[in-house]
Amino acid sequence: MSTLDTAGPAAASIATLWWVMLIGATLIFLFVMALLALVFIRPGIGRGTPASWWLVGGGLAFPAVVLTPLLIYALWAGERLFPTGDPAVAQVDVVARQWEWNFTYRNAAGAPVQSSNTLHIQAGQPVQLNITSADVIHSFWVPRLAGKIDAIPGHVTVLQLKADAPGLYRGICAEFCGTAHLEMQFALQAHAAEDFNAVLGGLPPAAAPDVNAPRGRP
Amino acid sequence: MTDTTAATDPIRLHKQLHRIWRTPPGFGRLSAVNHTIVGRRFIITAFVFFGIGGILAMLIRAQLATPRSAFLGPEIYNQVFTMHGTVMMFLFAIPLFEGLAMYLLPKMLGARDMAFPRLSAYGYWCYLFGGSILIIGLVLGLAPDGGWFMYTPLSSRTYTPGINADIWLIGITFVEISALAAAIEIIATIFKTRAPGMSLDKMPLFAWYMLVTAFMMLFGFPPLIVGSILLEIERAFDLPFFDPARGGDPLLWQHLFWLFGHPEVYIIFLPAAGVMSTLLPVFARREIIGYIWIVVSIVAMAFLSFGLWVHHMFTVGIPHLALAFFSAASTAVAFPTAVQFFAWIGTLATGRPQLKLPMLFLLGFFFVFAMGGLTGVMLAIVPFNWQVHDTHFVVAHLHYVLVGGFIFPMLAAAYYWLPHFTGRAPRLSLGITAFWLIFIGFNLTFLIMHLTGLLGMPRRIYTYDDAAGWEWLNLVSSIGSFVMAIGFALFTVDIVLQVTMGKRARRNPWGAKTLEWATAMPPPAYNFASLPSVTSRTPLTDARGIAVDLARGQGYLGFVREGRLETLGVEITSGRLEQVIRLPNSTHIPLYTALVTAVFFVGVLLKFYLVAVIGFVATIAMLLMWTRGWGDRADRGLMPVGQGEEAPPHTEVTGAPSNWAMTLALFANGTAYASLAFGMLFLWVVAPNWPPPVLLDPGLLASALAVAGLAAAAFAAMRSVAPAVLAKAPQRELWLAVAAAGNGAALAGFIMLMMAVPDPTRHAYLAATFVLLAYVALHAALGVVFAGYGIVRSRAGYVSAMRSLDLRIGAQWHRYTAGIGLIALLLIHGLPRVMGS
Repeated sequence: MSTLDTAGPAAASIATLWWVMLIGATLIFLFVMALLALVFIRPGIGRGTPASWWLVGGGLAFPAVVLTPLLIYALWAGERLFPTGDPAVAQVDVVARQWEWNFTYRNAAGAPVQSSNTLHIQAGQPVQLNITSADVIHSFWVPRLAGKIDAIPGHVTVLQLKADAPGLYRGICAEFCGTAHLEMQFALQAHAAEDFNAVLGGLPPAAAPDVNAPRGRP
Repeated sequence: MTDTTAATDPIRLHKQLHRIWRTPPGFGRLSAVNHTIVGRRFIITAFVFFGIGGILAMLIRAQLATPRSAFLGPEIYNQVFTMHGTVMMFLFAIPLFEGLAMYLLPKMLGARDMAFPRLSAYGYWCYLFGGSILIIGLVLGLAPDGGWFMYTPLSSRTYTPGINADIWLIGITFVEISALAAAIEIIATIFKTRAPGMSLDKMPLFAWYMLVTAFMMLFGFPPLIVGSILLEIERAFDLPFFDPARGGDPLLWQHLFWLFGHPEVYIIFLPAAGVMSTLLPVFARREIIGYIWIVVSIVAMAFLSFGLWVHHMFTVGIPHLALAFFSAASTAVAFPTAVQFFAWIGTLATGRPQLKLPMLFLLGFFFVFAMGGLTGVMLAIVPFNWQVHDTHFVVAHLHYVLVGGFIFPMLAAAYYWLPHFTGRAPRLSLGITAFWLIFIGFNLTFLIMHLTGLLGMPRRIYTYDDAAGWEWLNLVSSIGSFVMAIGFALFTVDIVLQVTMGKRARRNPWGAKTLEWATAMPPPAYNFASLPSVTSRTPLTDARGIAVDLARGQGYLGFVREGRLETLGVEITSGRLEQVIRLPNSTHIPLYTALVTAVFFVGVLLKFYLVAVIGFVATIAMLLMWTRGWGDRADRGLMPVGQGEEAPPHTEVTGAPSNWAMTLALFANGTAYASLAFGMLFLWVVAPNWPPPVLLDPGLLASALAVAGLAAAAFAAMRSVAPAVLAKAPQRELWLAVAAAGNGAALAGFIMLMMAVPDPTRHAYLAATFVLLAYVALHAALGVVFAGYGIVRSRAGYVSAMRSLDLRIGAQWHRYTAGIGLIALLLIHGLPRVMGS
């Protein structure tokens, strides 16, 4: 479940961002605390520094120097995590409801098939998830692969993720959704390319479109 | 009888002042309106709620200490965490600083009381009663259980059919009356009731912080109140504002909630930062550096905080460009924060700092809040937010911000001002031990909780299994939380010991330079026997003997005029003497008003709507009663105020505090109305299942009647305060009658329009239209009452060409009603045309 034990490019990029920010934040924190300690150990140490040094230097220049590159880096990193909208990317429709996850795919023959509480994807291939909810707000999250996105009734949200290697990854509902919120866990099974079509072929056909599912508006 | 000779006999002056300002003993205490008493009550009640919230926190940590714990089931756990957040935010943090502001502001500003003492008392009762509704719900096992931000549709009737969510919506809205009342009162007090000579740039920084905080409350709370009312209407009457199947949208709730909820964080932080800026120079033994910089950064923070609410919604699927904007805006808050942070450190560095007990807590603030600020910047970074949003990382961050940015400064404040409250100094130094227990316990609990979140533990799950590797992290957090709880218990013991057994404190024990230390300790109800004139930011160093001079009656108003309670009012920016403000004495009427208000809220809660209507009407009637017998029946003109100066009474000037109160109340009201209109347009643009199946066909006759009525009322109200008209009773009463009739016609028009709305439960468009019209109709109905009451006041002799305050307050209302009425008409006529085309 660790966001730092990454198994996909999205989670890996965010984990790098975290380590960069952690180092920066630690240095800033130590600097400020050292300053504060110095003030008490050597009273009057700053008597020679004019007030503007503190206000302009500490209040304006310091955050500007730290934040500008961080924001640019984050914007660049975030842009690459957004769904590409590439039609070649496999699509899965995800419907969350109290308290289960439903996944609808197209198998090799183009027929809709479905699974509950286990999402099958092909390792090494990106997949685009079109997510909505049939009742309250839930949130789709597989910590080792990517960030989370909410499942909101009446809306379709989109998340693109990729697992680098075959394996079983745990997913969990991250938005509090009622009494059995905790039980709303699911598995993401990433299959090797050669097995994937067989797995989809073994899934039951999807039921008729859910009449309860509200019309979505992206 | 104006007794201006009393100045020669201080003892007699104090006795006279005591007689008129005192609160009666016994049951008479329920009639207290004095800021010292009401402020103290707010503070003590807030700490009681803090204890309750703390016990709930202990239950959470006990449950999470071990995996698969069977201590609390999910039903109880959900109530516990919802109530922990709700109690700490709404029943502890906000009321605590309101109480502190009430207690301190008049003393710091050199006044005898807040501008509206009865409103303080009414606010207190609303807070106590509303909070009690929530606690009773908790005791009965009916507490809200949807999380403290009550996301729809989970909190809608379908998914939360019980009374639990109603208890939250009704209880919190009741409590918010006190927040709005406090906001209005704090602004009016800071604007008007300062000592002569205290221009805005000489005001203590604490007052600046509270002024900005109060403005934020004025604009921040209305969206929450509107959201709560809409959700309650949806739950009770099935009007679908948040139901996507009928054109509503759950995201509307999130926008309204965070439009309040984000500024809320700064509303809680700024008063604590005000405490920092007040205490720190005292312990650094020099004036604060960058006074103007700090003022500008507080204002900047306020503006920025209203532009960041979406950073709580980074995972709802908003386009990246919009996210980038809110991300940048969120990080921009680092600038005003850093300015204040470095102004404080610079003050310490250039002063001669002393490590006394309050200073120790301030250092705790630096450590904890710095970390909370840094993780705040991390959370503002969009991709990182996607990972840790709704995990224990966020739980850790928000506790670093709120405990660091609020509780540590407030504990410092408690030790700093306790001698002022009680006149007692500590005997033991339990406070140091308490500090270390709280500080170590806090960091033990929450520092590693960042890691718990990064390892994937979502918030709000009632247990976990041992496969995820979270066991030892949670155990350490739980142990830390119990250490912290012991620290808070020790703090409580220490405070109780100091209050009951402390030795006599000497005056101004910390060597502070702000005016509150010029009063006796504990202070008398009237604070100062006479009021100072202020010439600098540090009034206590300018004239060392100022406290004695004031006590001797050698300042302004060092006498009692006709048994009236008086304080001085000034022009806002320059602090030039402008008016003599008459204040009310102890009265039970705020309590009675709050009781009938409680009848309204409980009626709505239990769905006894007839009872609710009776409660509402009784509340309005009671509020009008506040003015009964209040005012002058003859013009007074200039009155002596001592020091050879003169000023008119507040009823005879344009800038009376109550005139400001109406203006400010209408700002808040307008924000609520704008939230409603925003909601309607938001649904039209964003919500699923639009356009609606039917459109409203607003009748032309009804619309014309509404426009004519509104225009007539606004025009008549304006005429009624024209100097030539004011002078003649029959003329002004005639114009008031026209205003009443105009509002009546508008009311009829809006009711006709409401009746033309086809079944508002069918679609959010119809529901929003209906509520928009009802909002204006309610204002027109109150307009009839207010205009009619203006006639009553005029007949009773309280109005003249000089004494026009009552009518000017009314005129503001009528003009405002006309404004929102016309906007409503534009919307209901325009929207169907735009959608139809």
